[in-house]
Amino acid sequence: MVFRYFNTLHPMDQLRKEMDRLLTGVTTALGAPSRSAGGRGQPAVNVWESGDALFVELEVPGLKSEQLELSVVGGELTIKVERPEIEEEGVTYHRRERPVGSFTRVVRLPVEVDADRVQAELRNGVLTITLPKAEAARPRKIQVATTG
Amino acid sequence: MAREQPPTNVKPTAEEVTSAEHTRSGTYYRPNVDILERPDELAVLADIPGATGEDVDIHFEDGTLSILAKVKPRQPDQTDFLIREYGVGDYYRTFRVSEVIDPSKIAAEFADGVLTLHLPKAEAARPRKIEVKT
Repeated sequence: MVFRYFNTLHPMDQLRKEMDRLLTGVTTALGAPSRSAGGRGQPAVNVWESGDALFVELEVPGLKSEQLELSVVGGELTIKVERPEIEEEGVTYHRRERPVGSFTRVVRLPVEVDADRVQAELRNGVLTITLPKAEAARPRKIQVATTG
Repeated sequence: MAREQPPTNVKPTAEEVTSAEHTRSGTYYRPNVDILERPDELAVLADIPGATGEDVDIHFEDGTLSILAKVKPRQPDQTDFLIREYGVGDYYRTFRVSEVIDPSKIAAEFADGVLTLHLPKAEAARPRKIEVKT
């Protein structure tokens, strides 16, 4: 697993980020679960939070950790998968439904996270990314002093 | 960007029982599969992320192959999802297999959320080279 921090101000990157932001916004509004909402072979994501952390989960069956690259920068989590497309010789496909190829998925993070402490686990084809919230973003109990 | 390839040579040999999901109780998800034909076997690769190797039931009877994989829920029901694009649940799918298969030699492997089934063709169905004597 490789974590990289980079500063991309290239206009094409900004355009891509704007598009991904728009698309992420659409799926957030829908809210209803469906089998896989990512179009064109892009994997679907589930995102939830606890008081202390944000969680992002993807189903990526068949993937090895070397094929994954994760980075957190500017309030966005970028998940990059590099998968070579392998064609087997002398084989006839009767069905071909499993997604192939590489993809990049960007998830806009609704809260500030501590990028140094992001962890990811890949098990049985499920990638779970834990992003601990930054101190400032954690819920704080506020004591109420009663007076009078 | 990933793209999905249309099957290059789809023969009508494998049909699903499309009402499978409704004949059983509960919600079942249909796993994506690749079905390949090699000279000696049919191979079925099924994407069942979140399942483990132990909770998979494979049945082959009367030319019908069925796969049932139980998946434990990963988050409690009351989890407040910020984005929810897929559900987590058991997988179920059936196929009619028209090739002549030797059921005693069916083998299965599971790794990284992918189930691979090897269905060896019965001896009679294997391609045979025929010598021509001159």
